[in-house]
Parts: sequence; C-alpha cells; structure tokens
Amino acid sequence: MSLRLHAWLLGLLVAVAAMAVAAQPAGDMSPLQFQDRAEESRFQHLTAELRCVMCQNQSLADSNAQVAQDMRREVLALMRQGRSDAEIRQFLVERYGEFVLYRPTMDRHTWLLWFGPGVVLLAGTFVVWRIVRRRAAALAAQSGPRGEPAPGTPERPEGDQEW
Amino acid sequence: MSTPPPRRPGLPPVAIVIGALFFIGLVGLMLYGVVRSGASDRDVLPSALIGKPAPEFVLPVLHDPSVQFGAADLRGAPYLINVWGSWCAACRDEHPVLTAFAQTKRVRVVGYNWRDEPEDALRWLDRYGNPFFVVVADKEGRYALDWGVAGAPESFLVDAQGQVRWKFTGPLTDEVVKTQLLPVLDTLERAQ
Repeated sequence: MSLRLHAWLLGLLVAVAAMAVAAQPAGDMSPLQFQDRAEESRFQHLTAELRCVMCQNQSLADSNAQVAQDMRREVLALMRQGRSDAEIRQFLVERYGEFVLYRPTMDRHTWLLWFGPGVVLLAGTFVVWRIVRRRAAALAAQSGPRGEPAPGTPERPEGDQEW
Repeated sequence: MSTPPPRRPGLPPVAIVIGALFFIGLVGLMLYGVVRSGASDRDVLPSALIGKPAPEFVLPVLHDPSVQFGAADLRGAPYLINVWGSWCAACRDEHPVLTAFAQTKRVRVVGYNWRDEPEDALRWLDRYGNPFFVVVADKEGRYALDWGVAGAPESFLVDAQGQVRWKFTGPLTDEVVKTQLLPVLDTLERAQ
C-alpha cells in the first residue's frame, strides 16, 4: 500500500516537473567555461543585475530557463568581443526592453519609480511635523493660564480644525 | 437652552477625509492586483521591438535544410511569424487558431521552429497539419535573442517595410486574433 503510494507520488512529481518545463526547449545545459577569475567575477556581477525574462523573479545568474542559458552565453560572448557592461546591458534592453534591468535607468518615465518613495517620505515627514507642532502648541496653551496662551504661540482654540 | 456637547479634541475632518481616501485607494489597488493576478498575460513583457525593424535572420528551411531563407526574402508584404517547437504544449493548443487564420490567406504565416529536432518538428507538422508558408529551423536558438523571444509560442506581425507592428506572447486564441491581430492588419492594409 505504502509502496503504491510512493509510486503514485513519484509519478505525480515527474508529471509536475514535466509540466514546469513544458514551455522550455531542451538544450545544452553544460556550464560556461571562464578563462580566469576576473572574467568570471565580471560575468557574475553583470548577470546578477539582469532579470530573467521567462521567470521574472529570478536573476539571469540564478535561472535555469533555456532562455536564461542562451542569454548568459550571449553575455559571455559579448564580453569576449570586448563590449563594455553598459553596451551589453543596452544590447539586451534593445531586445527585451528595460525589464531585463533590475536597476532601471534614470529616465523621463522612471523618475516616479526612483523618487516616488522619497517624495512620499517627505510628505509623511511634513504631516508628522505639522501634527507635532500643533499638539505642542495645544499643550502649551493648556498648561498656561486660561485665555493667555504661552508667549510665542499664536492664539487658537482647542480642537482647531486647521490642517 | 442646552449647551452643545464639548467637542472632542480629535482629528480634523479634513484628516479623516484624506485618511478615508487613502484607505479606499489602497483597497482599490489591492483589488486591482487580485483581479489582475488572474489574467493570463500577467507576466507578459511588452515587446521592445514594436515599431522597429524586424531582426535579420538567415536560417535553413525545415523541409529542405539546403535552402537558406531569411527576413530579406519576406520583404514586400506583411507576414506573421510564429515561434514554435514540437516540445511546446501550448503551441499545440494554438495550432487550430493559427491554421484557421492562415487559411484566410490574408498574410503569409511563417513558422520559426525554435530549438527543436528537425525530425520531431516534421513529425509534429505531419500530425497536426502544416499551415505555414515556410518554416525556418533555428536549432541552436541563434536569432531568438534578437527577436526577444522568452518562450514559445510567440507571434510577431511584420509589415511590408519590415517593421514589427504587433507581438503576442503565449498561445493565440480566436479572441486575440479578432480583437488584436485583425485590427492591426486592417490599419496596415488601409495604409497601403
């Protein structure tokens, strides 16, 4: 019984694995050969910054997809042709779009991506600053004698609605 | 005359309104994400090739490897190029749709057999029918990178001047042909 279950589970696993690679052609899976350490580290550095187009949550360096293999080969070939990192990135962007870059270029249509979080942070800081200042003023007015706000703070009724 | 209840020192209404708007916006964004997660084209990247010249290629013809065929041979009239492989299950799903479209004879449908064994590809075509004007075989995936191919199937519509006008990633459906491909083709033909 348990043996049967095992066989069944194994069959399921194989089927799932087959499904996962369904849209992937079989190809040469041999690892790339590097001439030296410098080339290898440059290659690793470059491919870690590039996104696999088939499996978008993996970098080109990590992915086992056939396309990623092909792209890695191309990256190495371009490196050996003496192209710079920027040229290699440009080569892939021309073909696959800016999605291949984990670090998008600073551009007209990416400024929100780059500065959006900073803008939100600044807005939040401003709001907090306003609240803190008003509470401090209200506290000062409360602790001071009634009707006589502490010097330096503008007179304002409690529960002021000014935002 | 009763005195009005003392106002609680709380958030000003403007803050409440802004907070509520923010909350509704956030819920809307999440809802959009949930709805979008069901879409089949969720992971599809927009093609970088639209409006650009189709990449050059010269490849052996699947049915006669001694003959070389390339993008230059297709210039002069629009064509649809379909990336497929016998190993690709989704290609089998789209095959009837592709065949039906090819039979309308509006444009040439070119097969781009990607990373496939020629014998497997020929057997596949024997079995499911060959709707293609010509099939080129890219066994090593030499030009797939130039086309920005991520997987199969993918289809590109190239105009008479050799410019890529439309791309679809994934299996073509009757719906896609009707709502996307045919309208682009209409504008192409009207421009001529």
